Amino acid sequence: MIRDITIGQYYPKESGVHQLDPRVKLAGTFVYMISMFCFHRFLGFLFVSLFLGWIIKKSEIPFSYIVKGLKPILFLLVFTMVINALFVDGHIIWSWGILKISVEGIRKAVFMGIRLSLLVLGASMMTFTTTPNHLTDGLEQMLKPLRKLHVPVHEISMMMSIALRFIPILLEETDKIMKAQMARGADFETGGMIKRAKNMVPLLVPLFVSAFRRANDLAMAMEARCYRGGEGRTKMKPLRYQQADYIAYGILIGYIVILMAGLRYIPNLWTIIG
Amino acid sequence: MLIIIDHLSYKYKDVVEKDEYALRDINLKIEDGEFVGLIGHTGSGKSTLMQHLNGLVKATEGTIYYNGEDIYESDFDMRALRGKVGLVFQYPEYQLFESTIFKDISFGPKNLGLPQLEVDLRSYQAMKDVGLSEELIDVSPFSLSGGQKRRVAIAGVLAMEPEVLILDEPTAGLDPKGREEILHLIRRLHKEKKCTIILVSHSMEDMADYVQRLVVMHEGRIVLDGNKRDVFAHEEELCMLGLAVPQVTTLTNQLRKKGYTFTKDILTVAEAKEELLLLFR
Repeated sequence: MIRDITIGQYYPKESGVHQLDPRVKLAGTFVYMISMFCFHRFLGFLFVSLFLGWIIKKSEIPFSYIVKGLKPILFLLVFTMVINALFVDGHIIWSWGILKISVEGIRKAVFMGIRLSLLVLGASMMTFTTTPNHLTDGLEQMLKPLRKLHVPVHEISMMMSIALRFIPILLEETDKIMKAQMARGADFETGGMIKRAKNMVPLLVPLFVSAFRRANDLAMAMEARCYRGGEGRTKMKPLRYQQADYIAYGILIGYIVILMAGLRYIPNLWTIIG
Repeated sequence: MLIIIDHLSYKYKDVVEKDEYALRDINLKIEDGEFVGLIGHTGSGKSTLMQHLNGLVKATEGTIYYNGEDIYESDFDMRALRGKVGLVFQYPEYQLFESTIFKDISFGPKNLGLPQLEVDLRSYQAMKDVGLSEELIDVSPFSLSGGQKRRVAIAGVLAMEPEVLILDEPTAGLDPKGREEILHLIRRLHKEKKCTIILVSHSMEDMADYVQRLVVMHEGRIVLDGNKRDVFAHEEELCMLGLAVPQVTTLTNQLRKKGYTFTKDILTVAEAKEELLLLFR
């Protein structure tokens, strides 16, 4: 049940995308997300999805698996679309009481829906192709300049990697405790909001207890291995850019240039039709 | 006739690659009042099989009959089944959550929808059964020692008064005294309450001491099933599966190769003592 959530998980493969430097992927995700907010035309989506599709193909991860990552945000997606459809003013084509749907509303709803989906899919591509450790390594490297401002970069990235590392463990634990309580007749599925929330107590208390126990054990284990923060700490596998990484940066620049240029110079079909 | 597992298979949906069978074509009949031991390597599917028996996991193929009723039938009361087939998970003390021991033990019977008096009676009885003293009623379960916590957790399942009690490595992580106490408790439940017991364990000694029938699993299949003596007679096969026979059985088998004769296969130290004394008489 709980294991079906695929978003934010690593998908082991040996593809080119997997082997890229995490800094490239972080920068790429960043640029990708910003690029999504640089246009207000559907044409942009065509281009963005082509780009994303190409990366997905390169990453060798089955498409169906990636789409499953959208499931947890389905509610948010539908909610956003409905709100947009109902509350954007414009040329009204249907109304009932205070509810009204306009052409512009529908357009906006579809636009937002696609944008949100593409955002989530793109961001999840990063976690699918990068191990949590790699990811935090990359982040640490990129944020290093902030150390001058006394930002505890190493500590933050260590906390992040521990947090990420613990997600699957805690999910498994949740699954186990859930089953154990169900074996004692607990019911997590029926009842109203309040009853359901109350029913979560037998799940949440043991989960917190075990999370604290694990945190304690981990702290001990780190201490036992003389962990003392980032000062003077070296890496077994320091990050170094390879040729593929430079090419990837090139592709990224190409992507943003073509997107911007395309949006500027290709005439707007919407206004022609509309 | 209590539980019949009929051609049961379970496909584990692997997140990453292809689906894999965790259980393949399991057929098993467990009679009323039996004391069954289940052994197998880590990952052989023992725990998965146990979770099928009270409907926590649904089989991909095949079915299970409980007292002649198909548990996958849509009108079958799964909640009632969970009351009748008590499942004690590995490290059950990690599931404690209530503020007092008594409240925690009452969680199960309360969920069965029993009247309050019945809930209290059963919880009290379960507390006594596992040997927790009355003074502990209002104590927080989190302040107890590991062995005590485990008793509370087992009592939590016992309080539902199950007909079948399944225990997944109930002695894991306990000291020798704690182990013995838990195993004695299980034996007493079998003898006095006529509970059907299924015990999963890695300790061949415990199996030799306590169970009657032994089921051996390997890679999701049942490979051996029978009286514990018959099963432990297959020393070589068990070794090939990464399992073993009790140490004393290995010892006497070695002695036998050296030319000593015993009247029967030896499984426990007590038996070995008798036989060895006979030899030197």
